[in-house]
Amino acid sequence: MAHSNWAEWIYVAVVIALLVYVGAEAWNIENLIEHVPEDAEVIKVTAQQWFWSFEHEDGTKEVGELHLKKDHAYKFEIESKDVNHNFNIHEYVVLLDAVPGQINTVWFSPNEAGEFDIQCREYCGLIHYNMRATLIVEDT
Amino acid sequence: MVLELKRARPVWQIMFSTHHTDVGLMYLIFSILAMFIGGAMAIALRVELFAPGAQLIQDSMSYNRLFTAHGTTMIFLFLLPSAAAVGNYLVPIMVRYKDMAYPKLNAIAFWMIPPAAVLVWLGMADFGWYANPPYSVISSPAPAAEMWIFGLKVLGVSSILGSINFVVTILKCKHPDLSLGKVPLLAWSFLSSSIIVLAAMPTFAAALLMLLTDRLGTTGFFNPAMGGDPIAYQHLFWFTFHPEVYVLVIPAIGMMYEIIPRFSRRPIFSQGSGVAAFVILSLVAFASWAHHMYATGMTFTEKTVFMIGTLAAVPASAMHVFNFLATMWNGRIKFATPMMWAVGGIALFFAAGAGGVVNSAMPLDFITHDSYWVVGHFHLFVFGTIAFGTIGFFYYIFPYVTGRMYNEKWGVVHFILAFVGACITFFTQHILGLFGMPRRIYDYPEIDSWVSMNALISVGAMIILVGMCIFLVNLIYSAAKGKPANLHDPFGLGGKYYYPYEQRNPHH
Repeated sequence: MAHSNWAEWIYVAVVIALLVYVGAEAWNIENLIEHVPEDAEVIKVTAQQWFWSFEHEDGTKEVGELHLKKDHAYKFEIESKDVNHNFNIHEYVVLLDAVPGQINTVWFSPNEAGEFDIQCREYCGLIHYNMRATLIVEDT
Repeated sequence: MVLELKRARPVWQIMFSTHHTDVGLMYLIFSILAMFIGGAMAIALRVELFAPGAQLIQDSMSYNRLFTAHGTTMIFLFLLPSAAAVGNYLVPIMVRYKDMAYPKLNAIAFWMIPPAAVLVWLGMADFGWYANPPYSVISSPAPAAEMWIFGLKVLGVSSILGSINFVVTILKCKHPDLSLGKVPLLAWSFLSSSIIVLAAMPTFAAALLMLLTDRLGTTGFFNPAMGGDPIAYQHLFWFTFHPEVYVLVIPAIGMMYEIIPRFSRRPIFSQGSGVAAFVILSLVAFASWAHHMYATGMTFTEKTVFMIGTLAAVPASAMHVFNFLATMWNGRIKFATPMMWAVGGIALFFAAGAGGVVNSAMPLDFITHDSYWVVGHFHLFVFGTIAFGTIGFFYYIFPYVTGRMYNEKWGVVHFILAFVGACITFFTQHILGLFGMPRRIYDYPEIDSWVSMNALISVGAMIILVGMCIFLVNLIYSAAKGKPANLHDPFGLGGKYYYPYEQRNPHH
């Protein structure tokens, strides 16, 4: 077929340029996000069917509720006792799987006081829909 | 060839036939049946989610079983067989051969599907269509999970046999005068998708066996207490099922390549670019599987590699869209029902692809992962793109299959309802995901935004349901009592545009 393809080449080049931009930007941001601050306090998060339990650095344990302080950095060490779960605080874009046999880490620093939902985002069985906890961020 | 309703053949003659159009007809009827069964399940799920609290389904276990059956049905019993139906009808004709390469194998591949469907439906496993261990190892007491595993095993073998048949038919049985580069793009799409199946499916077959022995307690491949790794299953699963997405979408694009030039009354803008895009897609299909697993605790490097692999699929998909638009440009387009479905499918394909770029960008995935965003995203692909292309093609081959014409007016109504319903349902699901609602939940708290959006999504699903009911009535009524079609030009395009009108392979 005799026709010129220059329009298609320009179009493909534009698409690739957009994708390179998206990829580079994603790479930069992810690099920043994954850098955990030195002074982050470690919170151990344990998922099991179908509730969350938390252990602070000083040994305080909580079930179904997590009390944190505003403007502090926290590093979650997430593990599971039975099946795969997913630890999610949607308002703060904290999201990571809880997998039995491995510890996953993610950090965040709450900048607003109040109550936030913690939920399970990975299907884990009968009460998955109600595997919830509350994050309470206290003013310092 | 034609159903010949005036000189009806006994049903058993069609059932025991190995002729490619008879096998195609069985695939066609089975896939439409499965679409309505899977659709009924989807409607039940949407009625349940219409408002917080129990609506239709009284317990979460039934809900979990339903969404498992819905996913398995739609992917393995509707989309795969519907593509096989179209391929069976047209691939031998397009490569100018008298039948598929192995007619008996073809019939066997079809007849493996109904028993597998029964296993999946009666098993009622509850671990989702992806069956992630450790949950799938401890849940669904025997024989529920075992029935699902064996059902999937049989479906995998059936799809491998069907793929071997397509590859051999196209490569070895095509007419010597027909060079591979000139083979129509629909046949090219079946060649690409069949090769992907052959490369990808054995991995899942292995994973299923490992899952089975894990359930029997004899091994611990995925059990951390026995030194196994649950994440390994996810790698094996997605190594098969990310390419599987392309196995489904490539034939649908091939069907659009058949419809769009004919209803635009122009040759395809570039055959070469279409072939190139198919080949690129089937290669990059294998470079992106772990983008489903960003949240399992992957390292930064792993995530980067799979983000690049995922983004690499976009230019090839964009080439297809360009090819479609350039073909329609300056064409004398006739917006008959098949053309509407194809063009609607392209629009939703574009939207779905744009959403896919968002998912693949690492930081953004942590907002959308396992939320309703993802549900909306892949439904735009499987319904908005693949089912749209396929249903459009069902309308397109309707006169060829039945010798009669469907009702054009009701076909258009079906399209409008399905398109509007799909936009309401799946775009709202994207937004609902951004508001944080997780997938696969039976019930949800009374958060205002969630409640209103869920109600809206359910209304959209009902609109699709109305459209599908019209489709069913139109199919049955027109097949029995429709106007006889002018087989040389059923769509009034001016003669030479209807592909299969002259080629008829005699029954054997």
